[in-house]
Amino acid sequence: MESSRKARGTKTQEEQWMVENDVGQIYSSVSSIPPNAQSVFLEIRRDNHIQYLMHGLNNLGPSFSTLDANRPWICYWILHSIALLGDSLDEELEHSTIEFLSRCQDPDGGYGGGPGQMPHLATTYAAVNSLITLGGPKSLSSINRGKLRAFLLRMKDASGGFRMHDGGEVDVRACYTAISVASVLNILDDELTQNVGDYILSCQTYEGGIAGEPGSEAHGGYTFCGLAAMILINEVHRLDLPCLIDWVVFRQGVEGGFQGRTNKLVDGCYSFWQGGVAVIVQKLHSVICEQLGLSKVLDSECDSESYHDYETSDISDVEECTVETSCPLGGTCHRRKEDIGVDFISNKRAIAPIFSSMHLQQYLLLCSQEGAGFRDKPGKPRDHYHTCYCLSGLSVCQYCSSADADSPPLARDILGPYSNLLEQLHPLYNLVLDRYYEAHDFFSKF
Amino acid sequence: MDVLQKSSERIPLSQRPEYADVKPVPQDDGPNPIVPISYTDEFRETMDYFRAIYVADEQSHRALQLTTEAIKLNPGNYTVWQFRRLVLEALNADMNKELDFSDGIVEGNSKNYQIWHHRRWVAENLGTDASTRELEFTKKILSKDAKHYHAWSHRQWVLQALGGWKDELAYCELLLKDDIFNNSAWNQRYFVVTRSPLLGGLGAMRESEVTCTVNAIMEHPENESPWRYLRGLYRNDTQALVKDPQVASVCLKILTAKNNYVHALSMLLDLLCHGFQPSLEIRNAVYGLSDSGAQGSDLVKVVCSILELVDPMRANYWKWRRNMAPAQAAQCLKDDGLTGLSL
Repeated sequence: MESSRKARGTKTQEEQWMVENDVGQIYSSVSSIPPNAQSVFLEIRRDNHIQYLMHGLNNLGPSFSTLDANRPWICYWILHSIALLGDSLDEELEHSTIEFLSRCQDPDGGYGGGPGQMPHLATTYAAVNSLITLGGPKSLSSINRGKLRAFLLRMKDASGGFRMHDGGEVDVRACYTAISVASVLNILDDELTQNVGDYILSCQTYEGGIAGEPGSEAHGGYTFCGLAAMILINEVHRLDLPCLIDWVVFRQGVEGGFQGRTNKLVDGCYSFWQGGVAVIVQKLHSVICEQLGLSKVLDSECDSESYHDYETSDISDVEECTVETSCPLGGTCHRRKEDIGVDFISNKRAIAPIFSSMHLQQYLLLCSQEGAGFRDKPGKPRDHYHTCYCLSGLSVCQYCSSADADSPPLARDILGPYSNLLEQLHPLYNLVLDRYYEAHDFFSKF
Repeated sequence: MDVLQKSSERIPLSQRPEYADVKPVPQDDGPNPIVPISYTDEFRETMDYFRAIYVADEQSHRALQLTTEAIKLNPGNYTVWQFRRLVLEALNADMNKELDFSDGIVEGNSKNYQIWHHRRWVAENLGTDASTRELEFTKKILSKDAKHYHAWSHRQWVLQALGGWKDELAYCELLLKDDIFNNSAWNQRYFVVTRSPLLGGLGAMRESEVTCTVNAIMEHPENESPWRYLRGLYRNDTQALVKDPQVASVCLKILTAKNNYVHALSMLLDLLCHGFQPSLEIRNAVYGLSDSGAQGSDLVKVVCSILELVDPMRANYWKWRRNMAPAQAAQCLKDDGLTGLSL
């Protein structure tokens, strides 16, 4: 047999074909069983996931030594996942968590990867988000906001970006983690945001996505970081949004999941990084119209009532409204920085989803979900990071068609049984919405 | 002497005379830590000794050795790396030897921010002399993983800070010859074309770049990379994109061939939204793809409808584009002062 003369593809093509094959096999085996039985496969195995997560919270094997400088991250991945699944910790564990994270807090501000480690922006973000996820005055008041602000200022770099730690690397991740934390703790001001927009803008590539550093390749993780940070500092109008949107929608592949970069493989975690971008963009319609030089916005695009009529709406029935009246996040508005997070969610003017929510849910539930925990793709092992971001991606999908944050999703927007419904999250911070509101109220008193 | 040659040969720090006066500092995890890791004895001891040295801010040779051992156990510990840099400076250490050390660590741990950041610091200390070695090093990493994000970032930093641009465009072409779908290589190509001090900048390079991009597209019209690269060549100059006959021509060829035409249609849509006046051939090529035989004058609507069918994953996006386009096109006409003229 002349297999050596069989037409080969490039490395990119062959790897892609292999994944499509694996995923295709899963989909065809599920679709070949009766619809009633399919429901079992589409169920979120809630109890199993919680058991896996709780176990990690209490006990990690020696192989986790390579994450010894990332323990607040493990904490956040687990706590956020538990919260999305609608569960919570008992008082004792809550107390232990607050205690432990306090030991990670540096006397001069910020949180390190473990007790005695230098403060680091990413672990600061993870620790703060963990404490907010726990909620309650004890947890929230354990954060030394004043010192944290001083730490953030020390991390500012001449380029406009932020350094991850003293003497550390500067990139878009650092910008996001710093800005997100400052925003949610209500310590964001002009001194912190100065020149950040310039740096992030310089990281938007010719493809439309955003890179880690100027010149590098457009990447899902950094695109989320860059976009969210620009919104929080009220400079999102400076990005080329139509180009960004076109790039992100093409990151959803035939498998239903998202890839991190053009011509790379699907990975469950991008369900949040890229899916989150797609969902965030739904709320930026008026900014986009401004960028396209359109003085009038087609009302059906942002009318919450016609959300589900999107497929059948006829342009001739459209009313016109002006950008001025609908400007939620227009660059010309001088909104108070402490209101941006709240206004983003409460803004009801949003377009229908621009990605395929049901296909993404299908990928997550059938290809990423394991017996307990979630993974990148079939053949890869589960871990807490993927569990967190796959669940976050699922939540984003479930709520993306909801007209406003107060009305629950319709059954037709949830893949699998309605009991699959997760808690809603705030896409700019990736925090469960209720916890975000609690934190916002708590810190707005200062 | 490498005390970590084999774990069976490792001498515990408590038994090494050179550390006899060091009092190890245990981790302050508290009574009920969460996410507790079951450290091996070796790991725990090494970190207890490191903490002692770190807290005392001792920048000595034995401190350097300790950071070596700690890094090998957990290359992600940025505190150890940062302290190591302070010690290297204090000891005025040989930076070339430090690159050798870094080579060894990257081997098994290449997807780690700390290693690459450290390497950048070392190379910066060495200056332009390090350029060749660093380009060779990243080339080696990329030969095993041609899309390695950190390696590409490092390579770009080396070029900008230390020079060495001479063979970079050729290197991109080599990688693309090997795998035309390698988006990282396309990204690097853009980097070289726009930033190399040896080339004339995008303006001078554009025409030849368009030609070779169009060739890549013809090879594999389903390959998204060259399509994005083509748009990139006309960044901030959309009208030039609209007017370039090579662009319209490649779209027409692919639409006529009726195979793998999603990107061609998407490009045509962008052109139309920016005021492109399609030829009769292009119109007919589009109508030829439409099942419904739609022959309305609004080509944008026809293009979007076809895309909704042949690219269903992005059906919602194409619907949104269809609804946005009329206002965009009207704006274009206004901008060009063509309102009122019949087309």
